[in-house]
Amino acid sequence: MSDTTAHEEPELIQLLTPEGELTGHPDYPLEISAEEIRALYRDLVLVRRVDNEAVSLQRQGELGLWASLLGQEAAQIGSGRALTERDMAFPSYREHGVAWCRGIEPRELLGMFRGVTNGGWDPHEHGLHLYTIVIGSQALHATGYAMGLQRDGAVGEDGSAVIAYFGDGATSQGDTNEAFNFASVNNAPVVFFCQNNQWAISEPLDRQSRIPIYRRAAGYGFPGVRVDGNDVLACLAVTRAALANAREGNGPTLVEAFTYRMGAHTTNDDPTRYRASAELDEWKAKDPILRVRRHLEAGGLADDAFFASVDEEAERIGEQVRTQCRALPDPEPLEIFDQVYAEPNVHIDQQRSEFAEYLASFEDAGTEGGR
Amino acid sequence: MSNKLTIGKGINAGLRAAMEHDPKVLVMGEDVGRLGGVFRVTDGLHKDFGADRVIDTPLAESGIVGTAIGMAMRGYRPVVEIQFDGFFFPATNQTFTQLAKMRRRSAGKLSMPVVMRIPYGGGIGAVEHHSESPEAYFTHTAGLRVMTVATPEDAYWGIQQAIRCEDPVIFLEPKRRYYEKAEVDLDLAYEDATPMGAARIARPGTDATLLAYGPMVKTALQAAEADTERSIEVIDLRSLSPVDYPTVVESVKRTGRLVVTHEATLTGGPGAEIAARVTEECFYHLESPVIRVAAFDTPYPQSRLEEHYLPDLDRVLDGVDRAFAY
Repeated sequence: MSDTTAHEEPELIQLLTPEGELTGHPDYPLEISAEEIRALYRDLVLVRRVDNEAVSLQRQGELGLWASLLGQEAAQIGSGRALTERDMAFPSYREHGVAWCRGIEPRELLGMFRGVTNGGWDPHEHGLHLYTIVIGSQALHATGYAMGLQRDGAVGEDGSAVIAYFGDGATSQGDTNEAFNFASVNNAPVVFFCQNNQWAISEPLDRQSRIPIYRRAAGYGFPGVRVDGNDVLACLAVTRAALANAREGNGPTLVEAFTYRMGAHTTNDDPTRYRASAELDEWKAKDPILRVRRHLEAGGLADDAFFASVDEEAERIGEQVRTQCRALPDPEPLEIFDQVYAEPNVHIDQQRSEFAEYLASFEDAGTEGGR
Repeated sequence: MSNKLTIGKGINAGLRAAMEHDPKVLVMGEDVGRLGGVFRVTDGLHKDFGADRVIDTPLAESGIVGTAIGMAMRGYRPVVEIQFDGFFFPATNQTFTQLAKMRRRSAGKLSMPVVMRIPYGGGIGAVEHHSESPEAYFTHTAGLRVMTVATPEDAYWGIQQAIRCEDPVIFLEPKRRYYEKAEVDLDLAYEDATPMGAARIARPGTDATLLAYGPMVKTALQAAEADTERSIEVIDLRSLSPVDYPTVVESVKRTGRLVVTHEATLTGGPGAEIAARVTEECFYHLESPVIRVAAFDTPYPQSRLEEHYLPDLDRVLDGVDRAFAY
């Protein structure tokens, strides 16, 4: 049996080398000013700082859990900055960089991991759906939303597009594959953006796929492309092209952003149990932020004052996140019963009033409510 | 205008009325388009409303419900057809973790006006997975509403109410009763139809309350007629979530006895919850324990055995007898 596809070296779209050299790519021309590159650098540094602060807050017991994006900043900022206001993004639960691009305040993300909300932001206001924890589920929501855009006549000139974020592990889920197929047969304006960070908790990529992930697209009948996920410019250019293609009515694209989860899966995870530190060192050399800095420095596109001001801003934001997180109030107990149904529900109304009475009984007795 | 309609035609006419009323209403599912569905419930809709609004989907239930969620986020009101009860299960994740919880997760910022129509129940001599009664899974899930149909009138108005509801509705259609016929007043104003959450006293009586829904309403009415010695009140519950307890409790307080019957399996079935609630609220009025007449706690059997498995007129009457043995 011949199995050549599994062994061919996949092409990796890269515009900016780890050394900071801007090489460009003939298929993905990118006109970008020094100012725009500096803005991307700022995004990258700030989201890493927010992320880092959140890990600390979890260690201090302020958050129940945190899923760090460390190492994936370029994939998220590059793709996130490719979106327009009219586009809609469907994240998994690690897309803090995308959320940043969509104008979500870091405290909104912290609220979920602290356990005071299950999301809380308005998906329509920000063009960002809520974080979705059940792996792959949001790929179908994205596809359905894109099918809605088609019915609204929102495809074509001045059209809108949808982007679905998920990881390498999610490509094993039925829902992700059903989404590929629904999107394909409907020619839906959706970009599937897979951050292949090489690890699904402890399972390496070869436990998820025998072929490079982007090649799965061929089986569904739409293009797939592998981009250097640590190259913010390549991620921007490739995602922009895929979104433009979708908006114009040419259907879905699968973008595989080849990156690396430099941290643990979440703060509950211990990657030393399943992967070698040499691997991490190898990826550190490809750091998504370092290469942009090198490029800016080498080209004289930014001075020391710029780098210092970004670092200062990062410190301010870190402090702000810390303060905001600690100030997040616990919800009131009776909030349990809110927003289960749009319309009044007799069972829930009854349980709410019984529980309210129960809580009040502690006050009557002059003791603290609850235990 | 009054029309004699079957339950199947009633749903069809109700879908048509809803699609005419609101251009955001979509129908999606397997074979719902040109074929009109395997039970022909969507017959003619594809022709009149087009492929953009009556969508033949790939054969993937999770995909159907998952994309319906996305459509609802975009402002549409999808009516999803799950071809048979036993094929719902591939869609459990999307239904239970996403559809049912989206409103709560979004703190009320997202509504999910999605209707999931499911032809359900046995009695048609079908192969495996075509005769199930999965209602308890739905009633156990917060965020879903669950409706059943026992009459053409409820078929016609009920599907329209489900579609206008801002919450996700599981709409259970008794497939062995699709061809039952009755008069439906099509001129009734929408607002004057029986509210979607209300139970209906299908037959007044004084000695015992017999509670049924969906396909078992007809059986319950036949059993009440057959019992010439006792006056049996029959309640068609209609809504399984929420349950109209005031109507049920008022009836049981008058009759002193309650027999609940359903095609779903006994243990953990809707009858168990109803028995518990009625016992709490009618304790001093009850002349006997609440009796349940349900399917056995086994997988649905081969069709040649289904007449023994499904509660029929005699088993319902046996249940009534048990209530009077106290």
